[in-house]
Order: sequence, then structure tokens, then C-alpha cells
Amino acid sequence: MTGATILLAIFDGVAYAALVFMVAVGLTLIFGVLRILNVAHGSLYAIGAYLTASIGGAIFAMGWSPVLAFPLMLVSAALVGVLLGAPMERLLLRRIYHRPEVLQLLVTFAVFMILEDVQRLVWGNQPYFESSALALLGNVQVFGVYYTVYQLILLPLVAIATLIGLRLFLRRTLTGKLITAVTEDREAAQSIGIDADRVYLLTFVLGAALAGLGGALASPTTSVLPGIGAEMIVLSFAVVATAGLGQIEGAALTALMIGLGRSFAVYLFPELQVLVPYLIMLAVLLIRPEGLFGSPAARKI
Amino acid sequence: MSVRLILPALAIVALALVPPLAPFLQVLLTLAMAKGIAVMGVTLLLRAGQVSFGHALFFGIAAYGAAFLAASPLDDLLLLLLAGALGAGIAGVLVGLFVVRYRGIFFGMLNLAFSMIFWSILEKFYYVTGGADGLRLPRPSVAFIEMDRGPYEVLLYYASLLLAIALGWFVVRFLASPVGQLFQTVKTNETRLEYLGVSARRTLLKGYVLSAVLCGVGGVLMAAAQGIVTPSYAYWIRSGEMVFIAVLGGAGSVVGAFAGSIAYELVRSYAAAFAADAWQMVLGGFLLAIILFAPGGLVGIYAAFADRIGARRAKSASKKEAGT
Repeated sequence: MTGATILLAIFDGVAYAALVFMVAVGLTLIFGVLRILNVAHGSLYAIGAYLTASIGGAIFAMGWSPVLAFPLMLVSAALVGVLLGAPMERLLLRRIYHRPEVLQLLVTFAVFMILEDVQRLVWGNQPYFESSALALLGNVQVFGVYYTVYQLILLPLVAIATLIGLRLFLRRTLTGKLITAVTEDREAAQSIGIDADRVYLLTFVLGAALAGLGGALASPTTSVLPGIGAEMIVLSFAVVATAGLGQIEGAALTALMIGLGRSFAVYLFPELQVLVPYLIMLAVLLIRPEGLFGSPAARKI
Repeated sequence: MSVRLILPALAIVALALVPPLAPFLQVLLTLAMAKGIAVMGVTLLLRAGQVSFGHALFFGIAAYGAAFLAASPLDDLLLLLLAGALGAGIAGVLVGLFVVRYRGIFFGMLNLAFSMIFWSILEKFYYVTGGADGLRLPRPSVAFIEMDRGPYEVLLYYASLLLAIALGWFVVRFLASPVGQLFQTVKTNETRLEYLGVSARRTLLKGYVLSAVLCGVGGVLMAAAQGIVTPSYAYWIRSGEMVFIAVLGGAGSVVGAFAGSIAYELVRSYAAAFAADAWQMVLGGFLLAIILFAPGGLVGIYAAFADRIGARRAKSASKKEAGT
């Protein structure tokens, strides 16, 4: 491996980690508060990507400015959060908070099955590719290596902003503190007058929107086609599980670790590319079953 | 009890008469029973309170193992079944040693991760596995007697039926055995199990390996019936289908696994044409409806119905006695 390929591998890994983090952080946030693992989370990512690529393709073909690609991503994320996340929590998840974990998994799995087909019904089987946002920002040269500004600078910046923003939101704002309180002890929080139902809804919409934003940000860098949702839920679960369920900062570090591991594999052992994230996860879980940053759960008797 | 057993008994008789009386259903029901055997594996784990979103892994491993063996001189159906079951069992021990450390979310998702790994190996190493096109599985001999297509398919049908009954009976006996009782305690009270001095992990592992073998047998039967194996055998959609059928039939019910898979295959072959693009969506919708409104599944509905008839009969019998 020459210096240039090492650098390329690092850049690839960082860009990829930023995208995975956006999805994983939503997954881990929802789990932290609702105690439900949303199997349909990958579909929300895919739908965010589809929305951005298809709406973007349509409006740029009509001659609108490509600068609109960036606000469009936020709009797509908001649409995913409000139009999919909100009904899902209100109509479905609300009925099953007190049911066994297996049932909760089955319900979100059923939603995953439904959303995978919704994508195919709406967008068909052909791939979508819309990279105006990528082209708009151009390239940058770092130590003799050319890389896109979008992937090297924008994606990591958005990921870091999300991480810091979430931390400040949860620790410093009233709404964030309410969320933290409900996470700690739902009954105690309710007894002092916190509307836990609203907190659950808000968290789920926020988490879903983050998945949508992840998809929207990913869309300029890759073709959007059926199956990306299934891949993403498994990958983001690998990140979340390696970090420890519910660990936001941990998810960021783990995403970086898995992203770099994967991109180095692309250059060194291309066939192992898909396996590396899982190998990292299995290695970590063998040694620390509760994840890198998780704490062992107390035993219930 | 007597009323409840009427329908299953009738169903077995009807199934045995299918090849001579309704040959058009033969292939479809062979596939249904192959799937039913695999679904029993998922059902078994539901009895321990665990759901696996990746049991297609064992289905696929056994099917590919059979396809590889069929390319060698040892292409005999009995050997394929043995090899598939053995391969799935070994894979079950290896994966099981890891996943039985977890419950609930982790158990389900780690199984999914393992199956996705296997699926991507199948797709990537195409020079060994044939990639997305898969491998052909030429018609094997049976007990080293070459067979024509017609008799082979009839034989495969009866082999599937026989295996379904035999393995179904075995699973029922397993669940009633001391090991099976301990296995189900993983769901109700795992801590108590540990206090009894029994290792919960080892108990779960035993059931897990059995469930992997069941999926393996189902996979080989399906491959032998279709004559081709593809990566879709190990894809999450297949695992999802198994979970769906297990819940449809009645979560945790052995008879339900077969009732569910026969109902599923019949509906799929006739109705899927109307909803070819939205099949997963229909399944997902049904899954939600069953979980939320009929958690007992088909078996639960039938049991409630049978109990009502039984109760009515008992009432009329007691009335008669009072009259005389």
C-alpha cells in the first residue's frame, strides 16, 4: 500500500463512517428512549435516499438551481420523520410498549417488509443516481490526493454537527432534558407531569428523520436501488451493537472504526469488504457482550 | 382433546391421497412441507421466547451443501439429506455457540447478521457458488436407483410428508422431554433455570442446533424439488417468510408450522399473481394483523373453535343424561 492509497482508504472510511453514523445514531436514540429496536430503520434510510434522488432529478431537469440539493435533503429527512415516523409510532408502536420483546421485534420487522415493497411500488426496480450536490462542491487536493469536498468535508462536518447538536439538545434544552428523564425512569417522569407519550413520539420522529437524512446525504455518492435498506439496517445494527445499545458517542467512534476497517479491506482484501464490519462486531461482542461502551445490564429476578 | 385432533388426522389422510387424486397440487405441497419442516425450527426457538431473523442461513447452507454433493459421484437423495442435515447442524453449533449468549433483540439481529454474511459470500465468491445464478442440482438417485422425473417427484412428495410427520413427532417429543421442558424455561424464567444448576446457554444451544438441522432438512428437500439453489435461499426475505409462517400458523405450535406453510403456499401460488410487486407488503400487513388481533394464529383460531364445539357437545350430553 502506497501513501496515496492509504490516504484514499482513510478518506473513504471517514466519508462512509459519517453516513453510517447518521443512521446508527437514530437507531440507538430510539432504542435508548423507547427500548425498541426499529428493524424498519434501514427502510427509512432508503426512502430518504429515494426521495432526494427522485425529487432532485425531477426539479433539476426542470432547470432549478442545483444549490437546492442541500435544502432538499433536509426536506426529505423531515418528510421521512413526519410522514412515516409519526404514524408508525402513534398507530403501531404505542400498542406494543408493554408486550414481550419478541413481539416488538416482529412488529417492526413487519413494517420493514411493508416499506421495502412500498419503495419498489413507488420507485420501481431501476437505480436512481443524482449527484448534483457532489459535483457542485467540486474536488479538493490533500497531500497530492484528489477527493470530493462533499465526502471529505461536508459529510464528516454534518456527522460531527449531529453528534454535538444531539448532545447539547439532550443536556441543555428543556425538551432534551424531558427525553433524558423519561429514558431514566418513565413512571417517575410521568408522576411529575411529563407527557411521556409526547416524548416517545418526538424521539421516534427525530430518529426517523436522522435515518432519512442519512439516506439523503448518501444519495449523491451512490446509486439508490432496492435492497440498500436491508443492508443498512444490518450494518447500522452492527455499529450500534458494537458500541453498546443506546450509546450515542460510542456509536460515533464505532462507526469510524467500522468505516475505516471496511475501506482498508476494499484496498487490501476486496472480497472481505462486506464481512469486515461483522467481523469487528463479532470480535468485540466475544470479548465484551454488552458492547464497547455499554454497561452490563442488571439481572432481573 | 378428541375434537382438536380430528382436523390434523384428516389433513394427513388428505395429504397422503394428493398424488393419485390431485396431482396438480403435488409440487406445491412438496414445497409447503419442505418449508414447514424449516419453519418448525423457527417455531422451536419461539418456544424459548427467541426469534431468529436469519434461519435461512441453515436452509441455504444445507441446500448449497446438497448441490455441491450432487455434483460428485455421491448424488443420492438420502446422502444429500444426511449431508445437508449434518452441515446445517455443524453450522448450528458454530453460530449457536455465539448467539446463545444473547436474548431478544441481539439474538434476532445477530442471526440476521450471520445470514447476511453467508448471503454476501454466496454472491461474491461466484466462481465457487455460481453467484446470483446459483447452482444446478441435477436429479439425484434414490437409494442408488436412478429415477425418471414423474416417479421421482411422487417419491419426493411422500419423502417430504414422511419426514414432516416424523420430525414433527420428534419435535413434540423433544418439547415434552426434560431437556425440552428446560429449553422452554428459557422463555418463562431463565434465572430459575440457572438456580437449578442447569446452564441456560447450553440448553438453548441444544434447541438451537435442533432448529438448525430442521432448517437444513427443509433446505435440502426444497433444493431437490426445485433442482436449483440460489442465494435467495439464504436471503433475509426467506428468513422473514419463515418467521411469518411460524406466526401465521400459531407461534410455538408444531402443527401450526405445517398448517401455516400449506395455507401460505396455497395463497401464494394463487394470489401472488395479483400482488406480485407487493407480496412482502401483503405479508407484512398480515403479520401485523395476526400479532395485534389473533396472536394464536391459525392453530389458535381452530383450537378456540374446537373447544366451543367440544363444550357444546358436553353440554348436550349432560342435558341428555339429566333427561333420562
